[in-house]
Amino acid sequence: MDVVTPASAAEAAEVLASGRTVRPRGGGTKWAWGGFADPEVALSTERLDRLLEHNAGDLTAVVQGGARLADVQRAFAEAGQMLALDPPCADATLGGIVAAADSGPLRHRYGAPRDLLLGMTVALSDGTVARAGGRVIKNVAGYDLAKLFAGSLGRLGTIAELVVRLHPRPPATATAVGETDDPAALARAALELASAPLELEALDVRWSAGRGVLLAQVGGVAAPARAEGAAALMSLDVTVHEDDAGLWAAQRDAQRSADGIVLRVAGLPAALEAVVAVAERTGGSLVGRAGIGTSWLRLPDAAAFEHACRELPPFPRAVVDGPVRDGVGEERDPALARLEQRVKARFDPAGALP
Amino acid sequence: MDVARLGDRLRAICGREHVFADADRLRTYESDALGHLRELPALVCLPGTAAEVRDVVLALHEAGVPWVARGAGTGLSGGALPVADGVVIGLSRLRRILDVDLANGRVVAEPGVANLAVSAAVAPTHFYPPDPSSQVVCTVGGNVAENSGGAHCFKYGFTTNYVTGLEVVLPDAEVVTLGGSELDRPGLDLVGAFVGSEGTLGIATRITLRVVPVPETVRTLVAYFDTMEAAARTVSDIVASGAVPGAIEIMDRLSLRAAEEATGAGNPLDVGAALIVELDGPALECEARLEAVLGLLERNGARGSRVAADEAQRELIWRARKAAFAAMGRVAPSYYVQDSVIPRTRLAEVLGRIDELAAEYGFAVANVFHAGDGNLHPLVAYDATVPGQAERAEELSGEIVLACVEAGGSITGEHGVGVDKKRYMPAMFGDADLAAFQKLRCAFDPDQRANPGKVMPTPRLCGEVPGPYRRHPLEAAGVAERF
Repeated sequence: MDVVTPASAAEAAEVLASGRTVRPRGGGTKWAWGGFADPEVALSTERLDRLLEHNAGDLTAVVQGGARLADVQRAFAEAGQMLALDPPCADATLGGIVAAADSGPLRHRYGAPRDLLLGMTVALSDGTVARAGGRVIKNVAGYDLAKLFAGSLGRLGTIAELVVRLHPRPPATATAVGETDDPAALARAALELASAPLELEALDVRWSAGRGVLLAQVGGVAAPARAEGAAALMSLDVTVHEDDAGLWAAQRDAQRSADGIVLRVAGLPAALEAVVAVAERTGGSLVGRAGIGTSWLRLPDAAAFEHACRELPPFPRAVVDGPVRDGVGEERDPALARLEQRVKARFDPAGALP
Repeated sequence: MDVARLGDRLRAICGREHVFADADRLRTYESDALGHLRELPALVCLPGTAAEVRDVVLALHEAGVPWVARGAGTGLSGGALPVADGVVIGLSRLRRILDVDLANGRVVAEPGVANLAVSAAVAPTHFYPPDPSSQVVCTVGGNVAENSGGAHCFKYGFTTNYVTGLEVVLPDAEVVTLGGSELDRPGLDLVGAFVGSEGTLGIATRITLRVVPVPETVRTLVAYFDTMEAAARTVSDIVASGAVPGAIEIMDRLSLRAAEEATGAGNPLDVGAALIVELDGPALECEARLEAVLGLLERNGARGSRVAADEAQRELIWRARKAAFAAMGRVAPSYYVQDSVIPRTRLAEVLGRIDELAAEYGFAVANVFHAGDGNLHPLVAYDATVPGQAERAEELSGEIVLACVEAGGSITGEHGVGVDKKRYMPAMFGDADLAAFQKLRCAFDPDQRANPGKVMPTPRLCGEVPGPYRRHPLEAAGVAERF
């Protein structure tokens, strides 16, 4: 596998049109996602790593796809702002995070990468560079190709540049933590908080070795008092933490595993108890977004993985880490598969991309 | 096209009374809310179920006839303008709410359900945030097509942020389910591609929406300023303070006067601008932010402000704002409304430019806009009975759009491109950009029979995909599946 490092979107498009099979590569933290074989050429975005504009007054920024999230986040923080994305992996690039549709606890309030995109510049396999969307926070001109490319894993082209919406960084945060060893009590409390008007920054669960935790983060000028209010709704053993960064880093980090198997399950909030039960029965552990319904199941071995795939409710799912790539047990609608193939064929007629 | 024969086939699908071809009844469908663009279709049919929609689309596919899907016809860009010799598929009979799942925060609705009916179905605990001014009648199907916004999208986002799943009848009559109730699904985000596609990719027959808890508190205030600049500066200061109000709206002197004559909401007429700020969320947060906002009003020389003490007073503040468009009839017999967006920090500068242009053309231009997200709705007032005025007003309107694009903005924030703004598309997008849009269009609708003549500035052919689709070696080996 050759590695090429284009310095511009136009150069990236040339690589895609070269006639060889190509995949974009940012920080390399999600290279295995999708289960594709290595291409002939890895298109490294390491030279497309600049923050091109930070329009603090407009709460927008223009960033190249190869910029590391951690780096641009520091620049935004200086203006009291943030890009409301907090997926795991310090080396992850913004283009990679968007292409993989990865997210972290802040997804609860601010949405997935798709929801924070205002515009995008992509390099295409016909050698052209195309722009969609705009640079303002409200715009409906043209097709929303930025959303199409978010989560496409480089299969339609390469993300060269993104226009993103920023949010004010809360002046303070505080987290209510509730603990229990009863999955039903955990699920009840999670639903109660998800449907209460608390305007939480994040609402997460964790389950491991018979013990469950519910974490509710509030942000704002009245954070500690509001966290007490959230704790009071939990009906669990509660504590409130004002110094809460470590708690959330742990939630984020548990979405990945260097040596185990992690399955991402796109569930629903009311199905949390069922997913926790599968984690418990297979000797696995779980972190999840309680108000969104997405969980990451960490499984000890291949047998546990197969067991989990059989027992989970029929939610869409994907392997995030681990050697197991097929048999995740999801049935595909053939009409949808045909439509996806038609989209794919229009953007990549030669099949050069994964 | 054999209209009589096609009519018979559609009547067999939808029932006799739901298909018509007589000019009188067709006229109801000749335009949307952009009334000056009109076209009579050959036929209108009103299917009553998703299965009938599918059968209608199949009949039109087989007959090679173009069609336009239509909700309530409240669109402001000519997106539902019929095609001559084509068929209008009206979706007003598909107005059932199919499922309400409060635990998961989901509502499943047919496309003809009114926007406000979604919130009504989940009240009082939840609501559906996108709130276009026409929300009493506009349909969720139309909202999906246009990616509709509203006054509250600075904080809450747009339709696209609330659609999780769609059942779609493709132009070749294949029925496909995009997304579902769950979020974070693997696979291409075709829901994201479909929302805002202005009816050119197919017809959504079943729409799954996310609803959210009603905020604990809402605090609404209106403040008056001598100048537009002071109002705009206040908005910037509020946003810079870290507050994310649910809505921030500005009305200028002219729109304020028109709205006041229409509603008698009690706004003064001798001011340069009115600013409406609505803060919502947890009470503790709201009260603290309200204090800060009141301080900023004072610092920027507000001439007076009123915080609504109850729901009735809040309604009164909003009534003037929401009546502004309709009330313009009191200032001028006709008006031309635009929907451009600018980076909010350039508000004062662009408004100054609009004033210059208005003076140059000799028309009054009123401004009512979503100030938080820089979405302007400049209304060019004119008299259609004076020969030449309509053309001049449209020209001025176009100049305003281009001034907004030059400032780094967009030709449309929420009304859509439709027919009205497609001529401005080249100001925002180059040839390669438009070609990429066309790839998506052609994947869904290679014959381009779904709402033809909209969005794209000039017609383009789809063409065949060059060469047979080559399977990735890994796919061919059965190691990986296409997702």
